[in-house]
Amino acid sequence: MTERSERTDEHSTLSTPVGQPETDRGMFGVSGTGDTSGFGGLVRTDPGAAVVGHSTVRPYGGYFDEVADLLQAAPGSLFDKGVLRVVVDRGEITFFVRREHLVRLCQHLRDDENLRFELCSSVSGVDYLDTGSVGVDGADRLHVAYHLTSMTHRRRIRLEVTTGLADPHIPSVTSVYPTADWHERETWDMFGVIFDGHPALTRILMPDDWAGHPQRKDYPLGGVPVEYKGATIPPPDERRVYQ
Amino acid sequence: MTTTADPYAAGARETTEGRVYTVTGGDWESTFTGDIPAEERLVVNMGPQHPSTHGVLRLILDLEGETVTKARAVIGYLHTGIEKNTEYRNWTQGTTFVTRMDYLSPLFNETAYCLGVEKLLGVEAPPRAQTIRVLLMEINRIASHWVWLATGGLELGSITAMTNGMRAREKCLDILELVTGLRLNHAFIRPGGIAQDLPEGFEERVRAWADGQDVEIEGVRKLLVGQPIWQRRLKGVGYLNVEGCLALGITGPLLRAAGLPWDLRKTEPYLGYDEYDFEVPTHPDGDCWSRFVVRVEEMRQSVKIVRQAVDRLEPGPVMVADKKIAWPAQLSLGADGLGNSLEHVKNIMGQSMEALIHHFKLVTEGFRVPAGQVYTVVESPRGELGMHLVSGGGTRPHRVHVREPSFVNLQAIAALSEGGMIADVIASIASIDPVMGGVDR
Repeated sequence: MTERSERTDEHSTLSTPVGQPETDRGMFGVSGTGDTSGFGGLVRTDPGAAVVGHSTVRPYGGYFDEVADLLQAAPGSLFDKGVLRVVVDRGEITFFVRREHLVRLCQHLRDDENLRFELCSSVSGVDYLDTGSVGVDGADRLHVAYHLTSMTHRRRIRLEVTTGLADPHIPSVTSVYPTADWHERETWDMFGVIFDGHPALTRILMPDDWAGHPQRKDYPLGGVPVEYKGATIPPPDERRVYQ
Repeated sequence: MTTTADPYAAGARETTEGRVYTVTGGDWESTFTGDIPAEERLVVNMGPQHPSTHGVLRLILDLEGETVTKARAVIGYLHTGIEKNTEYRNWTQGTTFVTRMDYLSPLFNETAYCLGVEKLLGVEAPPRAQTIRVLLMEINRIASHWVWLATGGLELGSITAMTNGMRAREKCLDILELVTGLRLNHAFIRPGGIAQDLPEGFEERVRAWADGQDVEIEGVRKLLVGQPIWQRRLKGVGYLNVEGCLALGITGPLLRAAGLPWDLRKTEPYLGYDEYDFEVPTHPDGDCWSRFVVRVEEMRQSVKIVRQAVDRLEPGPVMVADKKIAWPAQLSLGADGLGNSLEHVKNIMGQSMEALIHHFKLVTEGFRVPAGQVYTVVESPRGELGMHLVSGGGTRPHRVHVREPSFVNLQAIAALSEGGMIADVIASIASIDPVMGGVDR
């Protein structure tokens, strides 16, 4: 699975093909890993599915083709309208979905007897700020991943919906999966994604009067003032790190 | 129900303060036939400091008499930002954070997390490490179920269930302490394997422990199964069927107690669980009693798995061979506690500069995990424990999201307790077995 490339290769990866994640910068202003030991040689040449706007070509392998076929056979050409791209990575399939078709897709995934994704295991937000993801301007910055499980067929798929800060709205799937209630509240709380149609979209983990959404990547973390000549302990994202 | 000809109906008279009923007993329901004026509704705030709510859970209960008409759960009192914290530590350090979420099943948190990291890396822990993980997780499952029994029993007034349960759990923790050095929050399972091999004399200790657990479990069955008070507190209370479970995303013992034999160890086997011989206990009733029966039976099955795991232990490495990933864990127990072995210290300090660099780089910088995302699951004592890990290609996670079974299962509180008596709310919460450290993370 993981490919260890030559060191020259590693640097060529860093001079970024379009849409690839920008590599983290470490201390002392070095670009790339700054690694002279060859230690950090674990570089994947196939770009990660999470952050790069590519689509896997068929065949996907395993049951993924069958699920995709069944979805494509959905009435009202739901697949063509609703699914932007399909990514298969590390034995998991991700359907990137247009938000306006999310609920209908979920309904179909749940109710079609050959699909039967009865269980919405998890809903989680991810903030792709500064990762060089598609739509770097922030239009696709926030992702929400829905992990659906078919207990009947023992399958798992992931739906992913993207949105940005300008219009952070995604329709709620609580009408299809009531369990998404608290998951969506958590995602609102932590990422500020507004789930339209949610019965009571309130904060769940943070206090009711909290300002801001803490798991966004640009949320200020705050340092610790110490009583020593004006020194402070810097917040974790500003501390010196080896990376 | 009409009361026009009821000779036992309560008399009522109008006063300046409002209508006053003269209730003569036994006719409470016929007196209050549905339309209770708004001021009869009592809103009770239960928790977050209430001893029966299983930690810092706050419930807002709407009551009519002793009947709960609405139950709302408020959580977040134990939120510590574990998911956010992991984004500022390297991948190996993540285990020390996730182990602190659901503090009754730390080894499950670690395993789910490490399976995720390993899937991202494309590596697999060696067979001995996998067997040891199974072994530790099953011991942990038993310990967790003992705490459920102990606290649940205590909340329902059964002190003996509490003392026996805690005593039996203590024996489980002794074994975990023997292996990991800690009773809770082990951080023992690491990406690529486990921190250290089993200690000397472990097999005899764990076999003796298993025999002791059989006795303890049987003792609890004898104590509680035929106990009329225990039966009346649990039977027919907190009902939730399979449809309700699926809609609310409930997994684990609650789902199995509703009759669906859904256990990830069987349905999506990981760590070689498909090679173990064990049953998935179910019960058709879907009430608190069936959850009790299912959990006690699960403990017996876990003892069975532990015995098989001990038999399967083969000598071998407990960490992946790839030295770019394997945490330098040549540990030994010295007079001042567990630490790197003297041979390792001698090697890196006196003999090999490269070994020192390697050790330093791995500990300070960590290993890089290729970009991508995975969702891995294990069957924790409370249900499906999922880890959604996203890597941006660096030495730190880009995002760690935990699908905590306690968090999801707690949504069932309204379904379990609305329409029941307030005393049964306690039994219902106990039967969910939520751990607030996991709910709030």
